Amino acid sequence: MSVVIVNYNAGNVQSVTDALNRLGVQPVISSDPEVIASSDKVIFPGVGEASTAMSFLKERKLDKVIQGLKQPVFGVCLGLQLMCRHSEENNTECLGVFDIQVRKFEPKLKVPQMGWNTLTNMNSPLFEGLPENPYVYFVHSYYAELSNKTVATTDYVNPFSAALQKDNFYALQAHPEKSGKVGEKILENFLKL
Amino acid sequence: MLTKRIIPCLDVKDGRTVKGVNFVGLRDAGDPVELAARYTEEGADELVFLDITATVEKRKTLVELVRKIAQKINIPFTVGGGISSKEDVSALLNAGADKISINSSAVKNPDLINELALEFGSQCVVVAIDTRNVGGEHIVHVRGGRTPTALKTLEWAKEIAERDAGEILLTSMDHDGTKSGFADELIAEVSQMLTVPVIASGGAGNMDHFVDTFIKGKADAALAASIFHFKEIQLAELKTYLATKDIPVRITQ
Repeated sequence: MSVVIVNYNAGNVQSVTDALNRLGVQPVISSDPEVIASSDKVIFPGVGEASTAMSFLKERKLDKVIQGLKQPVFGVCLGLQLMCRHSEENNTECLGVFDIQVRKFEPKLKVPQMGWNTLTNMNSPLFEGLPENPYVYFVHSYYAELSNKTVATTDYVNPFSAALQKDNFYALQAHPEKSGKVGEKILENFLKL
Repeated sequence: MLTKRIIPCLDVKDGRTVKGVNFVGLRDAGDPVELAARYTEEGADELVFLDITATVEKRKTLVELVRKIAQKINIPFTVGGGISSKEDVSALLNAGADKISINSSAVKNPDLINELALEFGSQCVVVAIDTRNVGGEHIVHVRGGRTPTALKTLEWAKEIAERDAGEILLTSMDHDGTKSGFADELIAEVSQMLTVPVIASGGAGNMDHFVDTFIKGKADAALAASIFHFKEIQLAELKTYLATKDIPVRITQ
């Protein structure tokens, strides 16, 4: 099985690679549209700012590539947000895989949300074999609104989409590569899809 | 609910974990990678590695050690000690660190905080403050807590947040190593004043000190070293105890 990590200068590629290595998988790290399109599994990670990331994707025509993928795709953190329609972060048009708005947290609590919070209302093969309401690690100031594509929720300031799923597209706001055994299980489940 | 984080800190010197009282009288406390793995298994929420010799002896934090840690552990970790440039940060993040912590270099060049936040994102920029009470005032110290500065702790904390740091690690040098509890009054003042998370550090001696720093100190996370290294408190036991006090914590099996 070939696994590609989309490299678009938006951080945490090393952490995701290390996590996959711990599962015995050697991913390819690439921003080459052909390599990405021909891979069995695509991981779309990301830490950083939405408009910069979208510009990079567009320059390399990776936006169209990602939108057109038919194999299982896994967006992580900023990856999830970029797969939505639009982000309030610098008013950015995103990939639109999910017809969802990404909003900034109201500063009623500390922003960013940084740390471990629970996944609730889990309904996806990503979460197979996990205990009820498991803890995963979040670092984010923006969140995807709830929608009918929401397959897990988390509550911080307000309930938001912790995970999304539509056809072959999967996404998690938390960092599976940094979420201990729970995160490892989620990555393992994605690789089994 | 977002949980309060328990963060074991590994002070690293020449590739070994060490611990002293008030930053002096260092004792060997084991192999950092092994300890990191043990803490992860026992339920640590994050880890911090501070290369305590780096600033004083001008030695760069060991990128190689960071690489080994990143390969082994599956929770977030921060690396600090002697970091003074974008290049330093880039090397550590590329090696697999999730966050970096700066201290003396931020005091010397506050613009560095903005530059790092812009380049790598606020979420990975932790600014550490070593504070000491001097004549009734909280004063920022540098160079491993040895040298006082002209900065008042509260004012500096505010400036750090305004410069877009992601988190503040507040160590009370008066409490560090004493096992008499965290500097909860000061921590509460800083935490309530700011919108960024504050990590309480220095003084943990028993489980109630953690309860106090989360409730009275309003800390978002609490950091400790020796009590974990020398197994005076077990992480799992601590978390179970905090849960009985209605403090939200992540309990792992």
